[in-house]
Amino acid sequence: MRNKLILFVTVLVSFLLQCTVVQYFAIGSIVPNLLIILCVSMGIMRGKRSGMFLGFFVGLLADLFFGSVFGFYALIYMYVGYFSGCAYQVCYDDDMKVHLLLVAAFDLLHNFAVYALQFLLRGRLGLFTYLKRIIIPEMLYTVLIAIFMYKVYYYINHRMMKPIRKESESIWVLK
Amino acid sequence: MKKFFKKLKYHIQPKNKHILIIMTMFCLSLILATFASGLSVEPLRTAAGVFIVPFEKSINQAGLWLVSIRNLVIDKEELLQEKEELEQKVDTLTAENNYLLQNQTELTRLKELYKLDEEYSDYPKISAKIIAKDPGNWYSNFIIDKGSNDGVQEGHNVIAGKGLVGLVTEVGPDWASVESIINDTSNVSAQTVSTSAGCIVQGDLELIDSGMLRFVQMNDEEDKVTVGERIVTSHISEKYVEGLFIGYVAQVEQDSNNLTKTGTIVTPVDFSNLKHVFVITMSKAAQLAGEESTGEE
Repeated sequence: MRNKLILFVTVLVSFLLQCTVVQYFAIGSIVPNLLIILCVSMGIMRGKRSGMFLGFFVGLLADLFFGSVFGFYALIYMYVGYFSGCAYQVCYDDDMKVHLLLVAAFDLLHNFAVYALQFLLRGRLGLFTYLKRIIIPEMLYTVLIAIFMYKVYYYINHRMMKPIRKESESIWVLK
Repeated sequence: MKKFFKKLKYHIQPKNKHILIIMTMFCLSLILATFASGLSVEPLRTAAGVFIVPFEKSINQAGLWLVSIRNLVIDKEELLQEKEELEQKVDTLTAENNYLLQNQTELTRLKELYKLDEEYSDYPKISAKIIAKDPGNWYSNFIIDKGSNDGVQEGHNVIAGKGLVGLVTEVGPDWASVESIINDTSNVSAQTVSTSAGCIVQGDLELIDSGMLRFVQMNDEEDKVTVGERIVTSHISEKYVEGLFIGYVAQVEQDSNNLTKTGTIVTPVDFSNLKHVFVITMSKAAQLAGEESTGEE
């Protein structure tokens, strides 16, 4: 229960920061994506199920306030959480390299999904313009921020919440 | 019996991928529902707004404070830049002034504009602060700190000092979310001031950096629309009240069909640094409904 409460507060605070303070740190009107970092971090540190529900919840918040299509971001962030949860079994969660790599990959995929489903379908074909203008800069900026935010989420996970027993989902334990 | 339940529980224990599939279905059906029947999530939004908006307001204050500190540091550079900009502005204004003096028709146009300006100030409006922006980089929607308690309703137009900014799409008790006209999905029915040639102004993500919008389907058979022409919201628009200034024409091109024209518009509003806006507390829909009812009488 305590874990869930802390996760809930973390999500809320991250979302609020993303909508307000982070907007002031825009470089060339590009802002980093804290929500992706949150989903990936918690996915890696807490597994598929936590990542999935957390992603769903984060996306739902974004949908509630800014989405044109309700459920769209919930779907995308849910998949981000789930698939970064796949790394839970195979790598150590204090390994920053994996973390940054996954953040980069999922930020890229998330933006491609937004482009493909909301822009390409309306006949906006200039993928390279969007790549140069939004997708690549956002990825770089997000990875940069992830270096710091990862530490924060790591702290939250290990100091404030009871860690999930890793053995319980380990592939080495016979079920 | 107990054994039976135990067995049942064991069987129903869902795996992660099953949950994922169920949730995917759920999201997809939500998406479909919003597309097909315009599913309203208003109560959810209002409930979430009660939680989140007060925080957004206070955090935004802190953010503004941070920005003011940063501004102290880069004040000088900014002033120099401003000076340069103002000098440029003086140049353009001088050029414009000369042009105006030379051209008599331009003068009548200005008179018309003056009339428009008067109309502009006739609309009742309230000022609002932007408290949150879209988390992603693809859209430029934002949330303001005025809602239905202050008289803001869905469909109200939002302006910022010099020109049109957007449209209120959702309203809570003390917040409202605004869809801006530079959004890639936005369309505004507009017209030129001098010739009343109708056109559609679209947001275009590829032009945002240069502070421009695209206009399409302009009907200008006599080639009267030139660079510098003023574009305002049109009287046939269903969403926007008439005569709100959108921007100046920067570029006109003939379409390949030789009938219509497309081009770009420079907006006077600096969308990336927007902090305060005005909401016109009168919607076109209400205006139209009012006119209809008086027409019937």
